[in-house]
Amino acid sequence: MKDVTYLKLLRNGSKAAPAYPVHRFALLGDCATQHLCAAIRGYAYEEGENFQMFEADYDQIDAQLMDENSEFYAFDPETVLLFMCTEKLYKRFTACPVLERASFYEAEAKKIRSSFERINRRLKTNILFFLFLKMDDGVFGSYAYTEKTSFPYQLAKLNNCLIDMAGEIGNLRLIDLEPVRARMGDRAFKDEKMYAIAKMPISTSALVPVSNLVVEAVKARKGRIRKCAILDLDNTLWGGVIGDDGMSGIQIGELNQGHAFTEFQTWLKELKNRGIMLAVCSKNDEKNAKEPFISHPEMVLRLNDFSAFVANWEDKAGNIRRIQKELNIGFDSMVFFDDNPFERNLVRTMLPEVEVPELPEDPAMYTSFARAQNLFDTASFSDEDRVRTERYLAEQKRSSMSLEMESYDDYLKALEMKAVVSAFDEFHTPRIAQLTQRSNQFNVRTVRYTDEEIARISEDDRYITRYYKLSDRFGDHGLISVVILEKRADHLFVNEWLMSCRVLKRGMEQFIADSIISVAQKEGFTKVVGEYIPTAKNGMVKNLFSDMGFRDACDGKFVADVETYKKHNTYITEE
Amino acid sequence: MNAEILKKLTKVFKEVFDDASLKISEKTTAKDVEGWDSLMHITLIAEVEDAFRVRFSMKEVTGMKNVGEMIDLIEKKKAK
Repeated sequence: MKDVTYLKLLRNGSKAAPAYPVHRFALLGDCATQHLCAAIRGYAYEEGENFQMFEADYDQIDAQLMDENSEFYAFDPETVLLFMCTEKLYKRFTACPVLERASFYEAEAKKIRSSFERINRRLKTNILFFLFLKMDDGVFGSYAYTEKTSFPYQLAKLNNCLIDMAGEIGNLRLIDLEPVRARMGDRAFKDEKMYAIAKMPISTSALVPVSNLVVEAVKARKGRIRKCAILDLDNTLWGGVIGDDGMSGIQIGELNQGHAFTEFQTWLKELKNRGIMLAVCSKNDEKNAKEPFISHPEMVLRLNDFSAFVANWEDKAGNIRRIQKELNIGFDSMVFFDDNPFERNLVRTMLPEVEVPELPEDPAMYTSFARAQNLFDTASFSDEDRVRTERYLAEQKRSSMSLEMESYDDYLKALEMKAVVSAFDEFHTPRIAQLTQRSNQFNVRTVRYTDEEIARISEDDRYITRYYKLSDRFGDHGLISVVILEKRADHLFVNEWLMSCRVLKRGMEQFIADSIISVAQKEGFTKVVGEYIPTAKNGMVKNLFSDMGFRDACDGKFVADVETYKKHNTYITEE
Repeated sequence: MNAEILKKLTKVFKEVFDDASLKISEKTTAKDVEGWDSLMHITLIAEVEDAFRVRFSMKEVTGMKNVGEMIDLIEKKKAK
């Protein structure tokens, strides 16, 4: 989370952030939203995002959603935040006849759901919704959860309904403000007089962490996610210095302050299981540094939890560059944890894109601090995430083999690569959608699709879909490439072609290009047209189509004639 | 005490209205400061409360007529 004040966010005002294209963001609330609107805009700017805001007038959610010709629909937002506050919910609750109160939450949930559905009928957008903040009206005391007509009961049920909806409506994300309130304290989070005077349910100082949650959710949907936690060892993953204190002296588990470090390692292990890669960057002798992960009985993390392990006496910025090359991910997707302020400042200065949290001095605070930073928002989670680290470890074995080979061709041959090619199917929908959402580099048009859209496209006759899986003697890469072909009047158009960068230069590009041509041939097309839409990150595929034998047809378009296209030689066999 | 509060308050005003040359006196009202509308009043109150570690009541927030009254309120609350 950025260390900024509300005033700073306000001052960012209408400044344009050059790093990313404009993102249209609509905010509709049943309370006053002007300050929230300014804060989101200002926080987005801090993150290099350029939000163009649409803010509906006070309490105009229904008016904007019901009217087909409303400014809201005309704005065509890429993200919509609906903010319905608990204060207004309570007002409706108290207006509800007592006999109907037991089903109050169902009626509310139904109404909110229809708002979501209404939006989705008209727009291709992402929806954000704040879960209702808890409020005990003090009417029933401990009897509240026994009595179905109490407000606390109804509120809890309504939030549960929303949680169920999040599982069903693919473009809906719920944001829970409760942890923000818990950290700040209710007195700082909101100011009753400001609600009474100005219908403002959140105080301006709370708007900074609230905007952080909102902006990170948007960034995640845009594929701007963090993928790797880089970790120091001494006094970060365990207490003490392994080189001085030795195996029996470092604090982990039962020894001294060990529990604090056990807790931190446990959190990191959860991240690893969620698909975040862990890497070590430590000033130590490599053998000393690795020893605890191999033989210390109380270590939570083990060697095979790390995708990269760099321990030497060189500077950390250089070592992080090395890790970046090894894992082939952007610096902006890395987070660096180190207890030493000097190292943190060095990395911040040398590699400004790397996120460097200001770890608290007391290790007891590490975990709660790290949890509250909201560093690892994501737009999806799939089987692929679970096995990411294993895949990278297999990759390391591949690289060491490549060093032993005479030529690159010999290496490719020795890999014994096998590909699976198939049309989209239900089972792979989440992974396919996920790839469209997060592939930034090898992505010719960078079109983002949701699960629902992928499901729709796979059943639409106007499209031909292909996914590609690759495996070799070291293991399975899984589903690594997605192609969506669109049947147009006189040609087949490459609507989407993306590939995971970890299988670059194995002949997979050529294999896929050939496969696209084969599809065209089978379907009776004489021409295939590809398009390259440049972004800040996809420079690597600028020449992809030309390299594959398409001819440049200007304006980012490339054409291949099925008749004269020359297929490539690869070392990949189709299964 | 008054002068001290005015000095500190001036600093808050400068930050809130993003104007380093802003001068305020006890007689200053919302009309005299560019950008001091009802929305910025909310922001201003929150910043003043934080800076002086005081809390205004609802009545005080809506009733303040000029900077002088704000100073008096702060002074009264700080004295408690």
